[in-house]
Formats: sequence, structure tokens, C-alpha cells
Amino acid sequence: MTSHRLPEGGRLIDRSQTCGFRVDGRPMLGFAGDTLASALLASGRMLMGRSFKYHRPRGPVAAGPEEPNALFGLGIGPRFEPNRRATTTELFEGLVATSQNRWPSLERDVGAVNDWLSRFLPAGFYYKMFIYPRAFWKHVYEPVIRRAAGLGRVPQGADADRYEYLYAFCDVLVAGGGIAGLSAAQAAARAGARVIVMEQAAHWGGRAPVDGVRIDGAPADDWVAATLAELAAMPNVRLRLRSQVAGVHDHGYALACERLTDHLPAGGELPRQRLWRIRAGRIVTATGAIERPLAFAGNDRPGVMLASAMRDYVTNWAVAPGRRVVIVTNNDDAYRSALCLAGAGVGVAAVLDARPSADGALPQAVRAAGIAVKTDTAVAAVEGRRQVTGLRLCRHSGAGGAETGAIACDAVGMSGGWTPAVHLWSHCGGKLAWKADAAMFVPDPAAGPRGHDGAVFVLPAGSAAGLLHAADAFDDAAAAGARAASETGHSGSAALPAPTAAAESEDPPLPVRIMPEGAAYAQRARMWLDFQNDVKVTDVELAAREGYRSVEHTKRYTTLGMATDQGKLSNINGLSVLSDALNEPVPQVGTTTFRPPWTPVTLGALAGEARGPLFQPLRRTPMHDWHSLHGAHWEPVGQWRRPYAFPRPGETLEQAVTREIRNTRQAVGLLDASTLGKLLVRGPDAGRFLDMLYTNAMAGLKPGRCRYGLMCNENGFLMDDGVVARLDDQSFLCHTTSGGADHIHGWMEDWLQCEWWDWKVHVVNLTEQFAQIAVVGPRARQLLERLGGMDLSDAALPFMGWVEGRLADIPVRVFRISFSGELSFEIAAPAGQGAALWERLIEAGAEFGIMPYGTEALHVMRAEKGFIMIGDETDGTVTPLDLGLDWAVSRKKADFLGKRGMERVALTDPERWKLVGLETTDGAVLPHGALALAGGSNANGQRNTQGRVTSSYRSPTLGRGIALGLVRRGPERMGEVLDFDAGGGKTMPARIVDPVFYDKAGERQNV
Amino acid sequence: MLILTCPHCGVAAEETEFAPGGQAHLQRHGPGSSDDAFEAYMFLRDNPRGVHFERWRHAYGCGKWFIAARCTVTLEVFATYPAQCLEPPPEAVAAIRARRPDWQPAGGDAASGKEPA
Repeated sequence: MTSHRLPEGGRLIDRSQTCGFRVDGRPMLGFAGDTLASALLASGRMLMGRSFKYHRPRGPVAAGPEEPNALFGLGIGPRFEPNRRATTTELFEGLVATSQNRWPSLERDVGAVNDWLSRFLPAGFYYKMFIYPRAFWKHVYEPVIRRAAGLGRVPQGADADRYEYLYAFCDVLVAGGGIAGLSAAQAAARAGARVIVMEQAAHWGGRAPVDGVRIDGAPADDWVAATLAELAAMPNVRLRLRSQVAGVHDHGYALACERLTDHLPAGGELPRQRLWRIRAGRIVTATGAIERPLAFAGNDRPGVMLASAMRDYVTNWAVAPGRRVVIVTNNDDAYRSALCLAGAGVGVAAVLDARPSADGALPQAVRAAGIAVKTDTAVAAVEGRRQVTGLRLCRHSGAGGAETGAIACDAVGMSGGWTPAVHLWSHCGGKLAWKADAAMFVPDPAAGPRGHDGAVFVLPAGSAAGLLHAADAFDDAAAAGARAASETGHSGSAALPAPTAAAESEDPPLPVRIMPEGAAYAQRARMWLDFQNDVKVTDVELAAREGYRSVEHTKRYTTLGMATDQGKLSNINGLSVLSDALNEPVPQVGTTTFRPPWTPVTLGALAGEARGPLFQPLRRTPMHDWHSLHGAHWEPVGQWRRPYAFPRPGETLEQAVTREIRNTRQAVGLLDASTLGKLLVRGPDAGRFLDMLYTNAMAGLKPGRCRYGLMCNENGFLMDDGVVARLDDQSFLCHTTSGGADHIHGWMEDWLQCEWWDWKVHVVNLTEQFAQIAVVGPRARQLLERLGGMDLSDAALPFMGWVEGRLADIPVRVFRISFSGELSFEIAAPAGQGAALWERLIEAGAEFGIMPYGTEALHVMRAEKGFIMIGDETDGTVTPLDLGLDWAVSRKKADFLGKRGMERVALTDPERWKLVGLETTDGAVLPHGALALAGGSNANGQRNTQGRVTSSYRSPTLGRGIALGLVRRGPERMGEVLDFDAGGGKTMPARIVDPVFYDKAGERQNV
Repeated sequence: MLILTCPHCGVAAEETEFAPGGQAHLQRHGPGSSDDAFEAYMFLRDNPRGVHFERWRHAYGCGKWFIAARCTVTLEVFATYPAQCLEPPPEAVAAIRARRPDWQPAGGDAASGKEPA
């Protein structure tokens, strides 16, 4: 390959510093300051990708973030990232890139056969083709399509890089560091506003230095340098390069992503990327404009690129896009590219202009440079496959027809005019207005996104506001900056002479939908609108013929604008074609909605530090460390970790659970119950309040006594349960489920603040103030007596009572309550002394055979007793009556939360599924969640069901499988045998029995 | 992400500091209420294009509930006031009228606390 690097120039490259890099394993060289795209172009390599659907060979179209074609996988192993745009990837020593969507190689790609079949693969092909036979979708079509689909490869394994968040606040956020952005920032900063300026590229100045704009008579670069120096010295200004404002959200909230080390070899100290979460008073969007391609046949051939990208490559990186270039245009601006190329010594064969005449200053200058200008001329066809070799020409206007000539060339610069980058304006609901003369959507200042105070908070500036001429854009931006400052309360005066920008005047462009106007079908079928997703003019026309009138539907049917570039190049051209096909003006057809992010943001940046142990806070009980030291197998319960079991060396988990249960039933077990919610409800109206919250009566509970209570939501569905202890006349301690404490606390606050705000009650969440230890088993009392300090005899502390005292000289509250059916004491101690109490119990318990047990033993023992568990027996559609808890639902109380809900017809239906015990006929364990089968099938052809398993365990105590379940009219059907679906077409018979499997009389806990 | 001002502690904070609680000024219908009234209380909610009243709790702040009068189209917040109000207080109504002169408080359940006919 031959070098396309020009001997001179290149404002962004440093020729003294070379960078070695590899593409598909091949070693290559570029300069510091190159992008991957410019370095590849410089080495003569135009082929940089394959399109998504037809696998057509593609070169870069653009030089910036709008690039649809030149996508590479970057990095290796845990630092691999797919779909990186070569045009925005800065070169560094050791960069490794891999081409995508090709096999076996980019040059020879088997998938390119799709292109030959493209006539049979129009828009909507998948929807029409892969419907029948029905069963094929799941087993044939989908697996095959999934393998063929997608551009890049998903990275494997955990990301090796670090990411971070930064929260920032400012008066004015300026998105874009071109002359408009810097001018706006300067005006706002001089007025005293706190300003953040963010530029997505690695350099300031935007397009102006490339476009030859002069400010106060000097090159734009001089003004940019001076302005940056001024801004950098101001304490109220923060400047950030390599930072894209990715999204504008409600009330001045913006997300920006700063690339800290993407341009450096991997392995440094810094995070890779930083996500800025900015709250701004005003956001000035100086995001510039994007040049539009022209829709002519073969416009996707490698070598065809945007005219502006050509002058970017020449001016910024001293790269010639070709040796003999043709410019195709509908406007004056593209003539700048012709002049730029010619000035750098690149051959320009001709400028083809769709307009009937081109006599402005720029075309005249091009003619004066000896370059042929052909007006009313269009491209009829592009020759060459992997690179352009020539163009065939025809007249643009009229009904199409005869070719008028041919030109040999190896690159084509196209320009269909400019589209303001209105994305950030639109993200948060800013409306657009159609400017027919320039064929573009511009922000409608009357319908901008509004802040909490009702004021519009996004101010578009410069070409992003539709002012495409540099002089207008520059003035406009300064005004926008000053306005943003003044609207955020900063009226310091600029009082300096305003600089003025100058550029050549331009004649109006000619809106060009397709080129030539009267192109035949065969030509339109080769005119690409969306390069990455392979959407052509004929695809959009087909969608219109098939009845897709809404632009949003057409977008999804054809996938126009749905690629990783999100239609940055295709949007307006696609709309023009659609509006023509529908015979409606563009504003009627409307535009699709721009959504964040502006360009893709990595998931790593969005996750930030929130991964691994930092994903969410971990709550530890006071005994956590002891459990850890003693081999606890952990189970997550909400944000808590609880021991599932304490397996001993050589034991399986199941063996450990069995041992823990047997020991608790036969000797004594210890459970860390600290995670139980503990809410103190206090005040003169506390009893009245709890009578409203619980389904049973609480106001009459005597101090010193406990009562099991149920809480329902207003629907009448069971929400939480737990033991309530009355501490004194005005105080209750309400225990909640482990996962429910915060929710129930919030629930209580809601009713107290928003419904019964005159009631004198307050609620304090004491969950973390107390450690709670359940001492359970026939030897529990002996153990506590050995510890000494309290009389815990049945007379002194009967079942469902509580007392205060000291155990082992630790202040405690002892509740005599049982969730296992055994003699059981739950001991609450101040959290700071919980570990000490636990250790004293373990020491003193040695002679009684004490063992700690975990949540699985707890679950099995409660199921053996038929006790329900919130979340197992309940799922938000189950009432207390469904669970046979009628005794805990007051009939006397006039009102409680859920009472009215429970009275509804559907909730009193005798056909409801109700709680029963289930025993398999052979002692096997039913699968959790298994459905009880009924005869016949429902309207969807699914087998009817009549119940389901809600809890299922092997009971070591009974030596067989036991289950709880909900069955239609269950309690009336004792002894009946039902078939349960065991998966794989098998069923398991199980008999309906009483849900209490063990110690039905409840004698064991009453000793 | 919205900015809301808690009327209890006066803090203007990010939406993530608050927890939403749905439509405000609902009338609770308990035992003895008709099926229609209970249905309205449990399930029927306004979905206005424009002025809307919603409950928020300053969950990661003072913990207090309040009500925000907000435009569902432009997202501007007209007023926030304590939850201990049966209907929008006069200051809130005035703030809404200042920017939405044609706005009328909704009839029926939502704003007036009356049962629907």
C-alpha cells in the first residue's frame, strides 16, 4: 500500500512521534495525534468495515462521531470493547484493533453473499419470511438469525478497567468546544457564572479552524488559543476535553462521559472513564452541525465520504483521501473542500453541483483554481467495488435518463447540506421547527425543555441553532452565553469589544432528496440512506407502500436510524424520501425522537464504582463475624447476609441442615434473628393506630404480653407479619419480617403523616439497635438458667410473654415466642453486646449440646409446624383467610387497613385457593412451585390447574417430604390425592393433609 | 431527574432524595363504602395532560411526606406543600393560576375530597 500522508501540514499530528499499532494482527504505523481512521487512511487503507446486513465493503464516511462504517473492536481480553468508531479513536502506541462483521477476513468475507441476495432481503424481510412453520422460529430461525446478527463481539469476562462518577454543579454547562461553545462560555464566565465547558474531541476549536474561519482578521486557531488561556485562568470555569455531554435530562440534569485513558496504553492508575452527573442552571448546546450524505446510486462505496470529512483529514491529519477526487454537492460549502484539497496538492477532478447554476464566491474561487464545475449534474453510478474507480454522470433535473459522461477518480466527497445537531435540545422534549429553505430541523425556541421553575433551560447556540454561517453562529453563541449567565443571576458586564468572525458568503443550497431527481428503481435500490444498517431508498419507499405512515413505525420496520450511529447521517435524507413517498411535506411526517445518549456510553461508565462489593451496601448483624469464623454458608436476605447453615468439614449443606434441625428439636439451637424488623410505636394513640394497621386487635394487648399480628394492604392482601409486644401503656414493639422493616416503617409513616396526622403516635425503627438471639429447643431454659440472672420458668414467663432483666450480666428483653414449635426464647440485647451474649450462650451451651442453626433449618421447622412465611405462602395476591388465619382477622373492629378490600366478591369466593399441607404418597419432595393439575384446558389451550406448592422441604423430623400449598377449596378436600406437575411431562401424586405436620397440639412449646 | 423543594425542611433536592407516592388528595374509602367508591379509591387515577398533584416523601432527608403540584407536560413544578392538606392550599392554587390561568381544580374525588356521584 502506498502512503496517503501529505508531505506538509496536519494541525493535530506530531510527526516527531510515531505510534505502532495493529489491525487484525498486522503491524502499522501512525503519528501521535492521529485517529485510527486517519492513520489507516494515511497508510492507504480505505476498507474499514462491513455493513450489518449485506456485508458490503465500507470505508469511513465521516471524520467524527457520526461515523457509521469504520467500527472496530478495540483492545484485548478483559479490556476489549466492540463497535469503537475509528474516527474518534485516538491512536496510541500498542493500540490493537480488530475488524468486525466479517469472516474469515475483512477483505474476503463470506457474508458478502447477502449483498447478491439483497434483492430478496428488503425491509421487513424477517417479519414476512420467518413466520411459518410456527415451531421453526424458536429452534431454527431465531438461533440462526441471532448468530448472524450483531456487529461487534460481546466482551468476555469482567471488565478490567475502573470507572468513576463525579457530581458537578454549575450555572452554565456548555456542550461543545468549537468557536460557538467557547464564545458562549467566555460570555457567561465574564459575567461571573460558574461554567463547565465540555468538548467531545481531544482538541478545541471544532470546525472553524478547518473551515478557514477568520476571527478579528486572524485564523480561528489564534482566537481559540487566546480564549482558552483566558478561560483556563478563571476560577469559575472548568474545561474538559474528551468529554461528551451524552444526555440532557429533566430540570437541567446532564450526563457527560469523560474519556480519561482511552487514548493511552492500558494499565495506568487513572479510571478509564468518568461519568459526570451535572446539575446545570442553563445548558448551552453548541454542538455544531453534521453534514448530510447525498443519496445517489453506489454512495456507500469505499472512497465516497462526506466532503467536510475530506477537509478534516487533509487539514487535521495531513491525509489525502485520494489522489483524484470528485466533489458532489448541492451547496456552496462543499467547494471549501475542493479548495482545501487543491491547496494541499490533492487532485480535484471536478465539482458536480446539482444546482442549475453555481456562481457564488466559493464556486468562483474553485473555477479560478482551474477546477471544472459541472452544474445540474448528478452521479448516475459509482464504479469500483472495494474502492471507487470512477463515476458515471447524468443530469440531475428532469425525468432521468441518458448518461452525460464519466470521470475517473479514487475518492468522492459528497455534501447534501448541513443538519444542526439538535440531539441535546430534543433529549428532554425540546420541539423542532422545519426550515424549508435549508431543508433542516432547527430548535423551536418557543418550545424548549423547561426547568422546575418553568423557564426554558436549554439554549442552542451557533450552528446547532441553525445558524450555519460562521459569522452568524459566532455572534449568536456569545449572546446565548450572556443570556444563560443573566438567567442564572449573573449580570457582570463583558464590556469588551466583541470579536467578529468572517467566512465567505454562501448561496442557498438546493434541497436534494435523491440524485438524480428522476432516478430509476435500479438506481434507487443502490442508494444508501442508513449505511450501517443497510437501509436504501427503496426500503423506505416499500415501507410507505406497505402502509407505514408514521415515521416512528417506518424507522422500526426498515431499521433506518437504529444502528449504533442512531441515524446521525440518515435522518433527514430518510425523512425526505418518506415524505415524498407519502406525498406529505416533511414537517407533517415529523421526525423520530432523539434520545440519549448522543453517542454510545459504555456500561462501565454508567455503572461507575457500583460493582462487586460496592454494588449495594451490605448489612451485617452484630454476630456476623462469629458466623464468618464458624463456617457460615451465607444467604442474601434483602441487603442482609444471614447464615443459611453452618456446615462442618466434610458435610454437605443438606447434611448440615438436617443436623441443625435434629439438634434443635432434641437439644438446643441458636439462631441469629437480629435481622427481624423492630419498630417502636409510641404515643397516646399507639393502640388505636396499631388496631388500624393490624388485622387483629392490638389495643387490648396487656403490657408484658406478645401477640402475633398480620398486616394487609388496602387490597386486603397479606403484606407482613410478626410479633407485637406491648412494652407499656403507650408503647408497642412491632416485629416485622427481615426484608420488611424499612417498608413497614415507611408504611406506618405514610398513614400517620398523610391520613391520621392528628393522632399522637410516633414510630422509630430500632432494627439495628438490638441484636436478637433465638434460643430454641427442649434444653433452652436449662441453658438460660445456667447463664443466670433471670427467672424464666413457665410461671414467671409464660408462652407469649416477655420480661426484662439481665442475662450473663447483659441487659436483655426476653420474648417467649416460637417459630419452630419448640420451647423458645428470643433474647434482645443492645447491638453492641449481641456478640458477647452469643458467645456466652455458645460457651454455656456446650454441655447441653448447643449448635447454631441457619435460615434453612428455620424454614424447615416452621413448615413442619405449618407456619406461613411471607413471600413463600404469600405473593401479594393472598389474603389471611386464604391461609386459614381467620383467627387473626378481627370481626369486631369497625375498620382496619385491608378490611374493605377483603370484603370484595373475588376475595370471599369459596373457590379460592387455600392453604393446606401436602404429602406425597411415596414420601418424595414435591418441586417448589409445582402446579396441581385439573381436568381440561383453558382458552389458551393450557392445562387447567387447581393449586400450587408454596413451600416444600424434606423434613428430617418426619423423614419424608412435606409441603405447604394453596389448593382450590383445599381445607374441604382433606385426604384427596392431586397430581402435581413435576416437569418434563411427569406428575407426582400428593395427598391433601392438615398443614401442621408436627406436634399438632402444640405441647412442645408450652413447657 | 426532577428537582423538588421539600416544604418541611426547605431543601431543594434531586429526585433521588425523594420517593414517589402516587396521586395526591385521594379520599380513603373503608368499610361500608360502595364498590364504586372503593374502586375509585383503590384503582382509578387521573392521568392529566397538565396540572397534576402527586405525593412525595423526602425519604433521604427529613422523612416527611408532601405534595407537589406539577405539570406533566413541561415538568415545571408550581408548588409543593405539606401532605396535611385535604386540598391544594390557596397559595398553591395561586401559583398554578399564575402560569396556567385557565386551570380549574378537578371535580370529584381527586382534588375536592368529595365522593364521585
